[in-house]
Amino acid sequence: MPSSIKPVTQPSASSLSQEPLLRVEDLKAYFFMDEGTVRAVDGVSFDVFPGKVVGIVGESGCGKSVTMKAILQILEPSAKIISGKVTLRSRFNSLDPDSPEELVELTGLHPDSRKIRKIRGSEIALIPQEPMAAFSPVYTVGNHIIETILLHQDVSKQEARQIAIDVFRSVGISMPEQRIDSYSWELSGGLRQRAIIAMALSCNPRLLIADEPTTAIDVTTQAQILKLLRKLQEERQTSIIFITHDLGVIAQMADEVVVMYLGMVMEKGPVHTIFKDAKHPYTQALLRSIPSVQSTPRLKLPTIAGSIAHPFNRPAGCPFHPRCKHFMRGVCDASQPALAPIAEGHFVSCFLYSSESMSPVATGRQAVPATENNP
Amino acid sequence: MSAGMNDLKKQTRSGSHRPLLEVRNLKKYFPIHKGMMRKVVNHVRAVDDVSFFVREGETLGLVGESGCGKTTVSRCILRAFHPTSGEILFREADDQITDLSPLDRAALRRFRPQMQMIFQDPFGSLNPRMTIFEIISEPLYVNGLRSRADRTDQAAELLKLVGLRPEFMQRYPHAFSGGQRQRIGIARALALHPRLVVADEPVSALDVSVQAQVLNLMLDLQEKLNLTYLFVAHDLSVVKHISDRVCVMYVGKVVEMAATKELFEAPRHPYTAALMMAVPVPDPDQRHIIQDLPGEVASPANPPSGCYFHPRCAFAAEVCRTQTPQLREISPDHFVSCHRAEELQLAGIDENKERQ
Ligand SMILES: Nc1ncnc2c1ncn2[C@@H]1O[C@H](COP(=O)(O)OP(=O)(O)OP(=O)(O)O)[C@@H](O)[C@H]1O
Ligand SMILES: Nc1ncnc2c1ncn2[C@@H]1O[C@H](COP(=O)(O)OP(=O)(O)OP(=O)(O)O)[C@@H](O)[C@H]1O
Ligand code: SF4
Ligand code: SF4
Ligand SMILES: [Mg+2]
Ligand SMILES: [Mg+2]
Repeated sequence: MPSSIKPVTQPSASSLSQEPLLRVEDLKAYFFMDEGTVRAVDGVSFDVFPGKVVGIVGESGCGKSVTMKAILQILEPSAKIISGKVTLRSRFNSLDPDSPEELVELTGLHPDSRKIRKIRGSEIALIPQEPMAAFSPVYTVGNHIIETILLHQDVSKQEARQIAIDVFRSVGISMPEQRIDSYSWELSGGLRQRAIIAMALSCNPRLLIADEPTTAIDVTTQAQILKLLRKLQEERQTSIIFITHDLGVIAQMADEVVVMYLGMVMEKGPVHTIFKDAKHPYTQALLRSIPSVQSTPRLKLPTIAGSIAHPFNRPAGCPFHPRCKHFMRGVCDASQPALAPIAEGHFVSCFLYSSESMSPVATGRQAVPATENNP
Repeated sequence: MSAGMNDLKKQTRSGSHRPLLEVRNLKKYFPIHKGMMRKVVNHVRAVDDVSFFVREGETLGLVGESGCGKTTVSRCILRAFHPTSGEILFREADDQITDLSPLDRAALRRFRPQMQMIFQDPFGSLNPRMTIFEIISEPLYVNGLRSRADRTDQAAELLKLVGLRPEFMQRYPHAFSGGQRQRIGIARALALHPRLVVADEPVSALDVSVQAQVLNLMLDLQEKLNLTYLFVAHDLSVVKHISDRVCVMYVGKVVEMAATKELFEAPRHPYTAALMMAVPVPDPDQRHIIQDLPGEVASPANPPSGCYFHPRCAFAAEVCRTQTPQLREISPDHFVSCHRAEELQLAGIDENKERQ
């Protein structure tokens, strides 16, 4: 019987495991609206290696979700991929651990093509940011999962139901035979999130994109879900792109970290480098400004002055320059720094470290250097 | 009864750091209706015998997971809700102590300016059709300040106080960012010189980089104006950062209350300890720290017998299933409601393993 929860054994002498599973190169996705253009994703690059967790961190609106939608080609009609390349090492048969692979350029596929539809779910599964959106209120959670399984696997309805029950059990849902027939609104937040994870895992994807999977749930439930994701990742060698604005969650989960600001990557590198040796002024400031359960009560936190720019009103040059303590007039507002390597696997986009810039910007808007008490 | 709870009147005599507010055995039950006749079939015990106090000039953090009753407690204190039972003792500037719980609208009017609220949602809580001037000066007008020039002066002062430029006064809320709107909400709350400010998740909706700005502002204003805060939040890091003392709730009850440092370093209630272990620490070297607490938060409509935490508690004994533990003072200023608090050795969070 085909089972979707077979652990994936790595092809033994595979040099392929050193190759990225997913490669995102200079991805740009804009929204074209009457009021103007939102450059939601404006040149994002990162790699996801097999069995690794890439954490994407950044504040609200920095383009985390749109990046993922662009990878999966599920953008809203008002959005367009402007440039860039997304490449996936795709298996011919997702149920066969030794399946041969091919390199697929996702950005070259039509959003409705058979190929991308097959990849969604069986190669890359998404845990969407809005948990309620994952399930329709008129179908049971089992209906949803069985439908997904039937779409991707050649099994009978009865077998699909059994697979669904097995996946439910594997994500720690007790009484899976009964729970599978409940509606999403009958489940508690934690159980619903587990059901969504079960649905994402039901077709044995090699890459799981988890978009804020724990943001709406409580801290003790969050701990359960994080533990579950880590266990699944270890057992199945699934790669995970983990999106959150919570630096604590990133520190606990990620191998590699990508820090985004206004649609761009400010810094990326191994989790230890980012937390212990961050170089970008935004990363440094962000880390200092978050309260931690380990810090002393009632000490003032160093803050980042100002607030994130409105998406229609993006500053020229370095996107962080109006808030940056190290702002260099005529440099940081004149052109945009390129994401340049400063150590093995550690990339920073800042003129303090490299004079390399992206494309020159014709008119740099004037900006005053940020001060601590500038509202 | 909360045996051992500091007595408000006794504190008065002892002088400094007296409670400004004391909540005693507060209950708020919401009826659950069913059927055509809307018959009451059960109650949600949103707040179920809660006692705590807030001292003058301090911040008490009220923390707990979603649905544990934090907002309901706040709304009872501000008397947006009528409590089912219990006392809400408030001390006025002249030391007169009044129980707010039985008062009607007219009798409450005198207390309204003294207690103000800061809301979670900086987008929904400001009227989009009012200018910033109107929003901030409305409470002044309602309380009898009729001269527009005076109100303009005061609004300008308030804006400066919260770090906004008075020139912005004629703008509408949509022209401001989330953090700026929260500052406007704070300015409005401070217009009438309140003595108690109840802030319900004031930074939860803000971007992380802006949270710190608002928290710092609240610390500054507290010093400048000698404000007393009841700071409600579910985020333990934020609560630890702002609070002098912390009160932890679970399913409508207070499980523990102590000075912030003591509560975090040496929790005495198994739920408090579990909550702390569940917080993801922003340090990749301390990955072991995520522990999971089995099971789900109990329903306040159908709580377990005895200690509400017993189905999830690793230390539950027979007595925990049958008897409800009372909140008691286990050491000076440290209140716990656990049958086994004395014998348990619980781990807390080490302080100052800080980021560089
Ligand atoms: N359907 C849409 N139409 C127009 N603009 C959009 C749309 N969806 C997203 N945007 C804009 O694109 C930018 C990036 O949005 P995105 O949802 O990727 O942010 P995010 O990083 O996921 O934020 P959050 O942490 O709040 O989920 C934002 O400025 C947002 O306003
Ligand atoms: N008006 C109401 N009618 C019925 N039940 C209510 C009402 N308000 C709150 N409740 C219930 O009372 C309980 C406590 O709710 P409350 O909003 O006080 O929790 P909270 O701790 O503030 O949660 P959160 O962190 O989600 O804001 C919940 O079970 C809630 O569903
Ligand atoms: S490029 Fe300039 S403005 Fe941008 S982060 Fe670096 S120093 Fe700051
Ligand atoms: S009273 Fe018993 S069940 Fe409740 S917290 Fe204490 S030990 Fe655990
Ligand atoms: Mg998002
Ligand atoms: Mg609430």
